[in-house]
Amino acid sequence: MPKDGGIGDATKRREDVRFLSGTGNYTDDINVARQAYVHFLRSDVAHGKITGLDTAAAEAMPGVLRIFTGKDFEGVGSIPCGWQVTDKHGEPMQEPGHPVLAQGKVRHVGDPIAAVVAETREQARDAAEAIELDIEDLPAVMDMKAALEDGATKVHDDLTSNLCFDWGFVEDNKAATDAAFESAAHVTTLELVNQRLVANPMEPRVAVGAYNRAGDDYTLYTTSQNPHVIRLLMGAFVLGIPEHKLTVIAPDVGGGFGSKIYHYAEEAFVTFAAKALNRPVKWTSSRSEAFMSDAHGRDHVTKIELALDAENNFTGIRTETYANMGAYLSTFAPCVPTYLHGTLMAGNYKTPNVYVNVKAVFTNTVPVDAYRGAGRPEATYQLERVIDKAARELKVDPIALRRQNFITEFPYATPVAVEYDTGDYVATMDKLEEIADVKGFPARRAESEKNGKMRGLGVNCYIEACGIAPSALVGALGARAGLYDAATVRVNATGSISVMVGAHSHGQGHETAFPQVVAEMLGIDPAMIDIVHGDTSKIPFGMGTYGSRSLAVCGSAMVKATEKIINKAKKIAAHLMEASEADIEFKDGQFSVAGTDKSVAWGDVTLAAYVPHNYPLEEIEPGLEETAFYDPANFTYPSGAYACEVEVDPETGKVTVERFAAADDFGNIINPMIVDGQVHGGIGQGIGQALLEQCVYDESGQLLTGSYMDYAMPRADDVPFYSVDHSCQTPCTHNPLGVKGCGEAGAIGSPPSVVNAVIDALQSGGHNVTHIDMPVSPSRVWQAMQG
Amino acid sequence: MYAFDFERPKTLADAVKAMTDEDAVMLSGGQTLIPSLKQRLAMPSKLVSLTGIDEIKGICTDDEGRVCIGAATIHADVAAQTHYPALAALAGNVGDPAVRNRGTIGGSLANNDPSACYPAAALGSGAVIRTDKREIAADDYFTGMFETALEEGEILTEIKFPVPEKAAYMKFEQPASRFALVGVFVAKYADGVRVAVTGASNEGVFRWSEAEAALGSDFSAGAVEGLKLDGSNMISDVHGSGDYRAHIAAVMTKRAVAKAG
Amino acid sequence: MPKVSMTVNGKPATGEIEGRTLLVEFLRESLHLTGTHVGCDTSQCGACVVHVDGRDVKACTIFAAECEGAEVKTIEGMAADDGTLDTIQQAFQDHHGLQCGFCTPGMVMTAAALLRDNPDPSEEEIRSYLQGNICRCTGYHNIVKAIMAAAGQDTSKIAAE
Repeated sequence: MPKDGGIGDATKRREDVRFLSGTGNYTDDINVARQAYVHFLRSDVAHGKITGLDTAAAEAMPGVLRIFTGKDFEGVGSIPCGWQVTDKHGEPMQEPGHPVLAQGKVRHVGDPIAAVVAETREQARDAAEAIELDIEDLPAVMDMKAALEDGATKVHDDLTSNLCFDWGFVEDNKAATDAAFESAAHVTTLELVNQRLVANPMEPRVAVGAYNRAGDDYTLYTTSQNPHVIRLLMGAFVLGIPEHKLTVIAPDVGGGFGSKIYHYAEEAFVTFAAKALNRPVKWTSSRSEAFMSDAHGRDHVTKIELALDAENNFTGIRTETYANMGAYLSTFAPCVPTYLHGTLMAGNYKTPNVYVNVKAVFTNTVPVDAYRGAGRPEATYQLERVIDKAARELKVDPIALRRQNFITEFPYATPVAVEYDTGDYVATMDKLEEIADVKGFPARRAESEKNGKMRGLGVNCYIEACGIAPSALVGALGARAGLYDAATVRVNATGSISVMVGAHSHGQGHETAFPQVVAEMLGIDPAMIDIVHGDTSKIPFGMGTYGSRSLAVCGSAMVKATEKIINKAKKIAAHLMEASEADIEFKDGQFSVAGTDKSVAWGDVTLAAYVPHNYPLEEIEPGLEETAFYDPANFTYPSGAYACEVEVDPETGKVTVERFAAADDFGNIINPMIVDGQVHGGIGQGIGQALLEQCVYDESGQLLTGSYMDYAMPRADDVPFYSVDHSCQTPCTHNPLGVKGCGEAGAIGSPPSVVNAVIDALQSGGHNVTHIDMPVSPSRVWQAMQG
Repeated sequence: MYAFDFERPKTLADAVKAMTDEDAVMLSGGQTLIPSLKQRLAMPSKLVSLTGIDEIKGICTDDEGRVCIGAATIHADVAAQTHYPALAALAGNVGDPAVRNRGTIGGSLANNDPSACYPAAALGSGAVIRTDKREIAADDYFTGMFETALEEGEILTEIKFPVPEKAAYMKFEQPASRFALVGVFVAKYADGVRVAVTGASNEGVFRWSEAEAALGSDFSAGAVEGLKLDGSNMISDVHGSGDYRAHIAAVMTKRAVAKAG
Repeated sequence: MPKVSMTVNGKPATGEIEGRTLLVEFLRESLHLTGTHVGCDTSQCGACVVHVDGRDVKACTIFAAECEGAEVKTIEGMAADDGTLDTIQQAFQDHHGLQCGFCTPGMVMTAAALLRDNPDPSEEEIRSYLQGNICRCTGYHNIVKAIMAAAGQDTSKIAAE
């Protein structure tokens, strides 16, 4: 049994009290004295040349302070991309500029053209309508394959084409993989679309910029998952503000799911305008605006092939993917279809030959970047769908086919450049079969059939690379940043502790889970420990929260800093007890001298550190505060097996998720309640992708799903209760907590099982349907049933 | 939103007067109007709220046994009435609970969204729509997508529903908005059967005469089996093609008949 | 500028408004009650749900002027004066029914309305009642469970956690 409030305890979340009583402090709750409001005039066409932009009349309207256009940002930096991919010929990707406000051209619906700052929101909006704008329409580049044809309209005139990069991974595997296909006994091919999604955290983005002329310093309040990353990108690359003059604060943030990682134009604008006007400037996105300005996710078109030998062993995987970058390169966009996707293409299987080709393409759409899972859901979906299709073609049990090909020995170096440290795919599949009650499925299917419904069972496995990431490795792969994290443990005189962390909690419960770790290490009450995050002026330089990295990377830094604290405290305790440091034992908040009954309490030592009257000042400094940076040695590799059961209404095509089960291996667990919640949420989003959500543009680049009226968000009645289990635990071998990360698993692991279940149901009903693209909507199912 | 004045009269007469201002717009529950004002799709000089007028709220039955519902009655109250269960069931599934606590039957019928539920009930029941000026038969009231027989400034005051022997509404939801992708209201009266389809047609709610004829002689799900609607003039969007809507309309009709019993 | 007076969480509240001022704007900007959130502009997400004269409504889709004389209750009015969470709030914490917290005020207010009218709802009734409240974090599992628990139901048999 875990200790109360320590590692493994399902401690209730302390942050809930403020959220439940309406006293959270989200960015839109922050108002700075004298603040003005900005409204962005955004492009309503996908692609066009700005031929006229006259703000004079608008400028004269009530309350208007100033109207900014692209001209005001000439000479200001471009919004940078944080990752440079090298193509299969060794050349760097094509990288277009990304202005804060459009410079002569608009490249997607929603591209900001002008910014009106006024005394009130409505005045700003009124004036924006009075801006005289002429745009000469240009053909919209929408279809990725057409975009790469000779003579296609270019999204960026200064680039040679719409191809960002053509990437091969691993290029040296290509010949051997082709050979594996030549000699295969069976090849299964699947062409599929991993549709464009919108992350849709419930809190829309908000940014408030403030400037203090006396000190020439800036404060940006923003809805960010990583305030230090924003400070770095905006300060160093866009506005040229040195770090010590720029504070970025991300207070309570209402969900992110990737979309709040990136540095956005609106953040740079409010910071820039705050100085220009010497007034704080606030921007609050509406949901409609969010649909056309938040980075989107997914949007891959893929052909995957699986080669098998005569005994049904996998011998080769070959994929060709078109990945939509949108109109500009968002912060981590190039990394998503490459290093977060190609590296996972081996999945849970010992396939000797894997080759991945990705062509990243510019189109006149909102930029695409990481959304929960980011690259790994795309990889998992392709692989687990093609395996299911192969099993059906070969008439073998899909679970058995997977089991036969599982990797069983660890560490395992895949053909796609990563080394899985631990895992037990047999164990998670065993657990899944148990909690999903696979044995009981035939009886449930018979019952459904009695009620006129088709029932299907779909299963899949997943592997992901989390704990992002070893800096040297990602640097070699094109990252323009390190991906370590940092923590400062500040022990106060009375023994209470503030832990300043680089990770950012926007739903993950760090304020509760992180103290559990420190409390366990120190043997003190977790109530004595608070987490400080989200403010660059208070926390060490950490890289924030995404890629299921917080505990594995920042938590490890926190462990290291706490170890330093313990080491120093032992020295102080040794002095207080006039003993040798080597004889000091520390347990349950008590320092004792081995083999004696002498002991001092935690509070005695912390007090001595700050009131150093009886203290070895010649040997150690007073105070008790330590910082550690942690750079991971490898990714972590959470894995698992998921099962979904659906009913399909044969008349309408409507799919209902009846049961969902997830067996995950996250390594060690700090707070099982929070882990369960993360998995639930991921599954909800995965079911959303599988059945409901899609971001659709028409041929002219107009967004057809620009609000919740057309973008189907999963609701409570779209999903069932989920059975989740994380009792299979193969701890990570290279971080001190043995943790792997659990934030994205649900979203990565769930879409294939849902679609596999629908195909299973349809085939059980006699329909020869082998694939339906997501979202598997009623109309698509019905269309498929028509043959 | 653009700026506008706000008036909340207590009587119908005052509301009629308030509506004589140029560009005055009526506000009932506002569950559709307010979002469209946020998008700046309308620029009223004044909003005249009908929510304070008690005389156009409430539910009763008249001498002819019709259920008479004040136009400013909220969906939640229509859902709670017991005179016309199929209508109550329909109202109880409009929007979501919070929307049902503000949105009104009159607001919905005046707006005539092609995917709204109430138009199917009104047309399917052969309701009479009363305004401050006249009475309009449902068959004459719905004139197209977002179009009705209402004149400028004419205020809907009451809807009178003849209560059928049997009736039911089946709604197949559009997954995002939860409006009807297709909704079918079937009502059996002594003098015939009415079938009204919402959500499907480019021309708004309509009666499906073939189904009415078939059900008139045999009110059973089997009677409509095999009947098909033409999908060519149906709404086609990311949620389903015209053909799909036509198909779903037939399925919902069958299910509504079965549900009506 | 016209004035509006209402009772908010049991206390009188008066302020100047425009015709277009929404209740949620009045609450957040004039009364600084920022617990009520805005998550969409099409009246669907439900982050803004409050009670007006005892009914759950979307504060983003009702004008402040419509609330003249009304009794308004917001998330800030749910806990006891000493901060003790009420049964529903406590159940949300006990069952991890929230993550980022943004949809939470609306969820709690909606749940309170449901349980007042239907003190012992089924799982299906709960899920149906939450149609107008979108949560992106929890997959709804623990929200539904928390509401069942708040209703005094045994939640230990719910699909293994």
